[in-house]
Amino acid sequence: MWQGFVDFVHQLVPWFDGGLADVLIVIIKGVALILPLIIMMAYMTYAERKVIGYMQLRIGPNRVGPIGLLQPFADVFKMMFKEIIFPSKANIYLFVLAPILAFVPAIAIWAVIPLGQNFYITNLDISLLYVLAIGSVGVYGIILAGWASNSKYPLLGALRSASLLVSYEIVIGFVVVTVVMAASSVNLNEIVSSQSGGIWNWYWIPLFPMMIVFWISALTETNRAPFDVVEGESEIVGGTHVEYSGMCFALFFMAEYINMIMMAALAVLMFFGGWHSPFEGVPYLQGFFAFVPDIVWLLGKMSFFLFLYLWIRATFPRYRYDQIMRLCWKVFLPLTIVWIMVVALMTQLHLGPWF
Amino acid sequence: MIDKIKKIIKDFGLSEIRAGMKITGKQLTNDKITVQFPEERTPISPRFRGLLALRRYPNGEERCIACKLCEAVCPANAITIESEMRDDGTRRTTQYDIDLFKCIFCGFCEEACPVDAIVGTHIFDYAFESREGSIIDKEGLLEVGDKHEKAISKARQEDSKFR
Repeated sequence: MWQGFVDFVHQLVPWFDGGLADVLIVIIKGVALILPLIIMMAYMTYAERKVIGYMQLRIGPNRVGPIGLLQPFADVFKMMFKEIIFPSKANIYLFVLAPILAFVPAIAIWAVIPLGQNFYITNLDISLLYVLAIGSVGVYGIILAGWASNSKYPLLGALRSASLLVSYEIVIGFVVVTVVMAASSVNLNEIVSSQSGGIWNWYWIPLFPMMIVFWISALTETNRAPFDVVEGESEIVGGTHVEYSGMCFALFFMAEYINMIMMAALAVLMFFGGWHSPFEGVPYLQGFFAFVPDIVWLLGKMSFFLFLYLWIRATFPRYRYDQIMRLCWKVFLPLTIVWIMVVALMTQLHLGPWF
Repeated sequence: MIDKIKKIIKDFGLSEIRAGMKITGKQLTNDKITVQFPEERTPISPRFRGLLALRRYPNGEERCIACKLCEAVCPANAITIESEMRDDGTRRTTQYDIDLFKCIFCGFCEEACPVDAIVGTHIFDYAFESREGSIIDKEGLLEVGDKHEKAISKARQEDSKFR
């Protein structure tokens, strides 16, 4: 199907040589990824307000469109028409650069996330490392925002986020190491492929503690409650967002939500068998669910994790800053290191269906 | 020692987290208690003190006799009254202004009134579009009273046995 599409584009632009068609294909691929992503992000905000509302015995947004379904678009238009205010003593160039720097890596990561069997933008051999590397660049956006605002609360928020993200990136790195050891590959496609064969072959069983550590670290990496000390409304007003308005703020907002979706996708790819059906190898169910396209399985599992984000946000109060640091350095780091040993042992023993 | 091990197992088993998430998870499917305000309203007590209004007798005669008790009792000095003798020899107000910015809806005026002229209605969601709009004059007050006379007298009726 993909080859057919490429040929079609090449036929469509016959009056240029192949080069332009290739560029066109890349652009089409990018748009085809980013548009659904942004719509997903928009409806993630809707889902967040709705789910948290329901958990607090409210009903959430219900005025714009049927049961509030057009609310994200109302928010988008509001954001677009709002004035972007530049603080008079801010560094304008960095001030504008910061949201871009937060947003672009969030999108760029999606280039290597496989959404299905042979359904991806690029099949990078080191895609998992690429995800970690580009994910770290996103921190610059927040730090620059805090610095360029020339205001004390944003700076505090930026400092918090810098130390927080750097600390938790180590933990995520170690968790990724266990996955890489289990799959003996850093290619996300191969990591998923090595988990084929039903729910019992996914890595969440041998790497169960790592899955939980990864998920809690993911909450921190995306600055989500209960680890949203970067924003910390009750302590530092809005953290790095204080001076931002209009589309500049919207870019931060979108970056955060796209990162959330990315972390959910990453959790599914690393621990929950990616696009594999949970009924693979089960006699009757496998045939029964054979018609379901693999991307549906991936999105279904992702939506559970996205729901978990909201569920956790609705449940827990914000952690104190030093407690988050303690959790990282004194609990997660030793735990991950110990589990690396355990995984090494399990790989040597060729345990179960996983290794 | 045993307590310590117990605590470690409890912490790593995420028991507190699971308990918390169970509670919110349960609330997710519970009935919602939201009242859709403009369409639905919560019940209001007959004694509710909302926007003030001036009442009339059933024959259309205004009740207020300009005794100025309400003006005297008003703790916020929100009421301004001027009075004159009418052609038929009765004392009536020529000016009866209430500044809604000053009014604190204490209901003292209603308690002080010997003829039940000034009353608190059940209206609480009114609005005005200019600063001067906060001062509501005699005509306005009588208009509110005429418009909601049925509700006002019904609330007085319901509350009378407790007075």
